[in-house]
Amino acid sequence: MANTYNLSHESLNSLFGALRKDGRRIMAPVEAGGRTELAEVETPAQVASDYLQTILSAKEVAFPKVERLLSYTIAPGQVDLKDTEPKAVPTVLFGVRPCEAKAFGALDAVFNWDYRDKFFNARIEQLAVIGLSCTKADEACFCTSVGGGPADATGSDILLTPKEGGYLAEVCTEKGAAILNLAPDLFKPGNGVDKAAITAKVEQAFDQPALTTKLPGIFESEVWTDQALRCIGCGACAFVCPTCVCFDIQEEADPKKGERLRCWDSCGFHLFTLHASGHNPREVQGARWRQRVYHKFSYYPERYDMLGCVGCGKCTRACPVDMNLKEHLIEAAGVKA
Amino acid sequence: MSEKNIYLPYLMRIAEITEESPAVKTFRLEFVDEIAAQSFDFKTGQFGLYSAFGEGESTFCIASSPTRKGYIECTFREVGRVTAALADKEVGDIVGFRGPYGNVFPLEDWKGKNLVFIAGGIALPPLRSVIWNCLDLRDWFQDITVVYGARSVKDLVYKRELKEWSERPDMKLVTTVDPGGETPDWQGKIGFIPPVVEQLGLAAENTVAIVCGPPIMIKLTLPVLEKLGFPPERIFTTLENRMKCGVGKCGRCNTGSSYVCKDGPVYTLAELNELPAEY
Amino acid sequence: MEAVNQRAKELLEKGEIKAVLGYAKGTGHVRRPHFARKAGQVDQLVLDAACLQNLAVYVTKHEVKKLGKVAVIALPATQRAILQLMAERQLRDGELVILAVDGEAVKELDSAAALEEHLALKAQGLDAKDKALLAELDAMSREQRWVYWQNELSRCMKCYACRNSCPMCYCGTCTMDCNRPQWVPVASHGIGNLEYHAVRTMHLAGRCVECGECGRACPVGIPVHLLTFAAEESIHEQFGQRAGAKAKLDYALSTFKTDDKESFIR
Ligand SMILES: Cc1cc2nc3c(=O)[nH]c(=O)nc-3n(C[C@H](O)[C@H](O)[C@H](O)COP(=O)(O)OP(=O)(O)OC[C@H]3O[C@@H](n4cnc5c(N)ncnc54)[C@H](O)[C@@H]3O)c2cc1C
Ligand code: SF4
Ligand code: SF4
Ligand code: FES
Repeated sequence: MANTYNLSHESLNSLFGALRKDGRRIMAPVEAGGRTELAEVETPAQVASDYLQTILSAKEVAFPKVERLLSYTIAPGQVDLKDTEPKAVPTVLFGVRPCEAKAFGALDAVFNWDYRDKFFNARIEQLAVIGLSCTKADEACFCTSVGGGPADATGSDILLTPKEGGYLAEVCTEKGAAILNLAPDLFKPGNGVDKAAITAKVEQAFDQPALTTKLPGIFESEVWTDQALRCIGCGACAFVCPTCVCFDIQEEADPKKGERLRCWDSCGFHLFTLHASGHNPREVQGARWRQRVYHKFSYYPERYDMLGCVGCGKCTRACPVDMNLKEHLIEAAGVKA
Repeated sequence: MSEKNIYLPYLMRIAEITEESPAVKTFRLEFVDEIAAQSFDFKTGQFGLYSAFGEGESTFCIASSPTRKGYIECTFREVGRVTAALADKEVGDIVGFRGPYGNVFPLEDWKGKNLVFIAGGIALPPLRSVIWNCLDLRDWFQDITVVYGARSVKDLVYKRELKEWSERPDMKLVTTVDPGGETPDWQGKIGFIPPVVEQLGLAAENTVAIVCGPPIMIKLTLPVLEKLGFPPERIFTTLENRMKCGVGKCGRCNTGSSYVCKDGPVYTLAELNELPAEY
Repeated sequence: MEAVNQRAKELLEKGEIKAVLGYAKGTGHVRRPHFARKAGQVDQLVLDAACLQNLAVYVTKHEVKKLGKVAVIALPATQRAILQLMAERQLRDGELVILAVDGEAVKELDSAAALEEHLALKAQGLDAKDKALLAELDAMSREQRWVYWQNELSRCMKCYACRNSCPMCYCGTCTMDCNRPQWVPVASHGIGNLEYHAVRTMHLAGRCVECGECGRACPVGIPVHLLTFAAEESIHEQFGQRAGAKAKLDYALSTFKTDDKESFIR
């Protein structure tokens, strides 16, 4: 159970100071050339004041777009391998939306369901999330259809909900409590407010459990090829998505030394599943688009007992041809099995 | 106190190279690190990721039998960036290996049964491991038959073991090449695998079939086996979806909800029938 | 719009085409590419100032070719791209019905020659905003420009939205996807991004129809269209030609002419 407090606007300054004094880097949404993006900040004044979401997701702080997995040097008849220790900086993510806070759980599911990924884990261990409830939403949002909500505290160590004069602060985890303990005076006792009344209204768009149950039966449906007809097969959706975790491993080397890098990848790319023989199990874009939907809404629930989508709508906003995921899911939910 | 790096390979020294057929080689690999050599263990059916340092990693099954300790073997065809770099290596060179990964052939379940192995082209490697494993546990099983076909005589891999197997009294080896692929002194059969299997008149009763080969061969052989009375639960095959991580993370090897690197590469036909054909 | 839709409906009903490619209402105020495959769906098509994408990107896709003959509602940039694709022999005369829309006027075209004639009547020009941006870049010193692009490209994540939205990037296997040799590093780090954009720019110099789609497509707002625009403008200046204007291919970078200005050789 979360403990609730009041945090005034003015006290944020001191909170940021206390976090930085504790050696933590603060990452928050900032305005940059007309875009909202995540960047390191020192004071609350630098944080974007009015934003829906950042374009890219916060996954970068734990799963960067490129990272080294190992390196080596080569000499005749000899290879010296060097393990890589991930650079993990104590970080506080400030002001990310509840959907994105929740998304770290979906990444964790893949990175740790069996073998454990030390690169992700090293960064997550050092990460604390101060989420910020949404007071507005747009047509792309559908968090409430996938078990989340504009004021959902899942994944946040502390969740702030804006209210008169400051925030309602829910301290949800031990990591949250540790932050509170850095500046206990700032957190004034406060009782619950009606969060639903303050935060955005996001209507439920489709019945997700029913959709998940239905998906295995409509794998061969025309609906996937039809929807994918306008898809241009780029990776914008996957790269901005807070839960998309698929990656590529690439070698970069010269004759004497080299390194192995992990890079973001996307199931939308033709190359993703292409065999050296030229055979491709997902030959057409319809099959690749279907994989995206099924991975998130069928395979994730089956394997990890959770969804691979938090309904943030980033993919829809980033898509050059307006593939609207919510709309496509509503359509799929209506397909006759 | 960091965790283990699951992407870090073992260093392996190439102890022996066999040219199997044009563009196909077998490496015998020994662990550079003694302790790793001692603790390493695998089961037949499993695969690994082999590094050519400088070029990257490639997925091959472990083609040797777990009953033969101290080394592993892989057989690969030169088809792309990594396999070309591996093909350039010489005895004594260092490569990398991560594994073993994936599931296994359920030998325990096959105890007391007849086994028929059917392989086409370069697909003998995944079967070589299990065939040797079964031969090393010979008294577990009844009759053992191996049907192996390739496009032409020069495309047959493992000529050494083919000779050994053909001379063994406790098993039956049938080799075949596609029509036109025979040489004047060819002793085996001439014909495609599916009809050759059909002609053998195999008894499906109490028999397990293990089939590996190019998709077209598998596609045409399965109906023959079904016609002979093999139930899908007793037909095994392996899948080779593109892989990067081998450990269920990179997200590309799945066919439907099944991750070939974790839930495969060994599947029964019954299992495949439940999955979409994304392979 | 009425006239186009009327004609599109007719063509579909008569079975002369299998689909109409146009624009439909999308999320919020956005317009999206849309395939109307039945006469009844034609009414979903809209045409207004918010219709931006270059639809020519679809006409070379095998998924789209598989539909059968398609009619394309083609704004000027789409028209230029289709003409360039025809010049590059990616499309044959008669393979498409081109419903060329310019303001209120609609013309039905189906050949490169007809497109060339139609496009010759209109001046091609960059919009004021892009002109100003190009001028700004031009006014910079080499070092400033370097810093500018280093900074912009540092955001690139190699999602390839710019490549995949470009109608002229139709290659079956892109150089970026070749690994023997690995011409360009796959990773989206400094050098990987720089080389990618350098290659993209060079491959589009003399072929860029200046629709600006790549820049619009970029999710992180990198004005990558300025790279190909600059290359295209430079080709125009030096060789006097423009992509998407002629039915016959006359590609500056692969054609030697005795009267070529050789000012680039220093
Ligand atoms: C479980 C399994 C077992 C295999 N066993 C063998 C074997 O015993 N012998 C053998 O010759 N081949 C085997 N293959 C196929 C082999 O992995 C590919 O031929 C090889 O990876 C091609 O790599 P490349 O770098 O030379 O080709 P490139 O085309 O340059 O490949 C680039 C990358 O794509 C991936 N890739 C390309 N083709 C395939 C493919 N068919 N399967 C998986 N990944 C691919 C690899 O990750 C590779 O690093 C197996 C594949 C799997 C999945
Ligand atoms: S799939 Fe789209 S809506 Fe779902 S989490 Fe990813 S970006 Fe957000
Ligand atoms: S669209 Fe933008 S982020 Fe994506 S590859 Fe192009 S420049 Fe990079
Ligand atoms: S190979 Fe990476 S998930 Fe299976």
